[in-house]
Amino acid sequence: MNDTVGRYRAMTAHRLFWPAAVLVVMLAANTVYRPGFLSVELKDGHLYGTPIDILRLSAPLILVALGMTVVISTGGIDLSVGSMCAISGAIACMYISQQPDQNSLPVVLTALAMALGVALVLGAWNGVLVAVIGIQPIIATLILMVAGRGLAQLITEGQIITINSEPYRAIGLGHVLTLPLAILIALAAALLVGAFTRRTALGMIIESVGGNAEASRLAGIRSGRVIFLAYVLSAVCAAVAGFMMTANVSSADGNAAGLWVELDAILAVVIGGTSLAGGRFFLSGTILGALIIQTLTTTVYAMNISPQTSLLFKAVVVIAVCLIQAPAFRARFARRRSSAPPPSAVTDSPKEQVPA
Amino acid sequence: MTTGSLTAGRTRLRLPRRQIPVLATLALLLVMYGIGVSQYQAFSNVQVIFNVFIDNGFLLVVAVGMTFVILTGGIDLSVGSVVAMTAMVSASLLQQGLPAALVLVIALLIGPTLGLLMGCAIHFFDIQPFIVTLAGMFFARGMCTFISGSSIPITDGFWTRMSQERIGDPRGNFVSISVLIAFAVVVVAAYTLAYTRLGRNVHAIGGNPQSALLMGLPVGRTRIAVYTISGLCSAIGGILLSFYTLSGAPLIGVGMELDVIAAVVIGGTVLTGGSGYVFGTVLGVLVLGVIQTLITFDGSLNSWWTKIVIGGLLFAFILLQRLIGIRYK
Repeated sequence: MNDTVGRYRAMTAHRLFWPAAVLVVMLAANTVYRPGFLSVELKDGHLYGTPIDILRLSAPLILVALGMTVVISTGGIDLSVGSMCAISGAIACMYISQQPDQNSLPVVLTALAMALGVALVLGAWNGVLVAVIGIQPIIATLILMVAGRGLAQLITEGQIITINSEPYRAIGLGHVLTLPLAILIALAAALLVGAFTRRTALGMIIESVGGNAEASRLAGIRSGRVIFLAYVLSAVCAAVAGFMMTANVSSADGNAAGLWVELDAILAVVIGGTSLAGGRFFLSGTILGALIIQTLTTTVYAMNISPQTSLLFKAVVVIAVCLIQAPAFRARFARRRSSAPPPSAVTDSPKEQVPA
Repeated sequence: MTTGSLTAGRTRLRLPRRQIPVLATLALLLVMYGIGVSQYQAFSNVQVIFNVFIDNGFLLVVAVGMTFVILTGGIDLSVGSVVAMTAMVSASLLQQGLPAALVLVIALLIGPTLGLLMGCAIHFFDIQPFIVTLAGMFFARGMCTFISGSSIPITDGFWTRMSQERIGDPRGNFVSISVLIAFAVVVVAAYTLAYTRLGRNVHAIGGNPQSALLMGLPVGRTRIAVYTISGLCSAIGGILLSFYTLSGAPLIGVGMELDVIAAVVIGGTVLTGGSGYVFGTVLGVLVLGVIQTLITFDGSLNSWWTKIVIGGLLFAFILLQRLIGIRYK
């Protein structure tokens, strides 16, 4: 906020540059390795091709990361999103599997509504723990992260619930207007969150709460309510992502659904330039971050490397991103202003870039 | 830890409150054990307790390392992966025919080195511990699968001897060597935290890093040291785990960091740092172990109840800490 307008403009011009550059480099490397990588073709009125697959598969991550961005910008973190995905998927699949006609639309809608309702309650639980009781966000959401996996397994009774429901399957694999439905849902969610935060004062309020919750409260902002709503939003986003994940495979597995997604989401947010310490947030950066992660995963699959080894590449990307962001922190440290709210994590001196 | 008895009155007033979480954990442990003994006849067998130690020895060691980190107000997410990586590296080196002593040294060096690097990144670049140790977690887990995609059995003589050696009394109750190693680690850690300069620095930094810095305490060195210690404890934990399972598996210890953090919190260490005991962590690990044993004894409850109960306990203890914290002010 102390920065001059000109400096601020220069930074906004920069902030999507490095994530975008990484994405372009990865796509280029893929195209060199496999010339047909970027080709997209139209079959039965649907678009097919690796880029479309990347878009479709990144939809759940984009959704989770959107909610995570808002939570992180309030100065918190939500570790329970993975468990939330598993719970919502488990509830929806469990309900559908018990109905006589799994293909009927009302059944699927009821299932979705039930699961969303539970997600709202669980999100509110997180929100109360953080905003009302005042527990550290990492730990408050850790409770649901641990217990939520247990709850999801309790719902599915430890089984993998398979369903055969066309409308539900469409959430993950359906097409609308030649594009995958999943990415359209994710985009719609992004636009909605973007409109609410950037076209109203809400975004600024969230950022001010993230900058200093107590000061914002004294300035007349209901900090507690904003933080509470952030966790509810995150839970709902995670629940919809959970529908997509389970719809992709038409089955719910309490153990495996959404495993590690919280880490990927945090990574996407950090790559997108939002500081983990709260404050300014960048939805577009987060979406780019999610796309980078999914492209990385797809690349690793395409190169016939074991999927687990992709964690090595992720580690390299995390370290690279952190080091790029670090000089700003160091400069701040040198100026002995470590108690001030941190600046947006984007810096203008990114020298070390590791194209993964 | 009596951090200083300058004002005797204040110390007397504070000490019992500080110990409430630990005492609550002890009470909980006794109640759970009492329930076990009253419900199941076999539960009163001393071997049940010994088995809790045998099954959770590695967890105990890792939790001790985590206690150091949490006491400074940090967090280490990489422990589970480092445990797995240590077990993997030793299994793979043993398979290649290296002598056991050399393998031990190499395996015990990897964890602290990674911890040192993470500590340096946290201190020198001022990056959040959460994200640095997350990268460490990805790295270590990735290395596991990089070494081998499937589990590697250990057939080395030293390892099997360590695994099968029973130290016991004539009635047939016994503990494994791992338990003794775990106890040694606990004693050393408790001594370090209570009676050395490093231990006092750890508490001071957790209490208020700014004040510690102004007091002239070596904040950076201490912070790097705790992550190195956590890495070392994870490495020892990894070795103990490989004694226990006699193999190295790439996906072992997934989610272990959560159990460890839960054990430390249930053991009464305050998550914002500055207050906590190694003894409390031992109790925390025992609580987790006894929950598992109870659920195994019951038979009708499924394994996922463990997670739900741990989540519930975590909530209860954090709430307790919070209530005490409010009364502080």
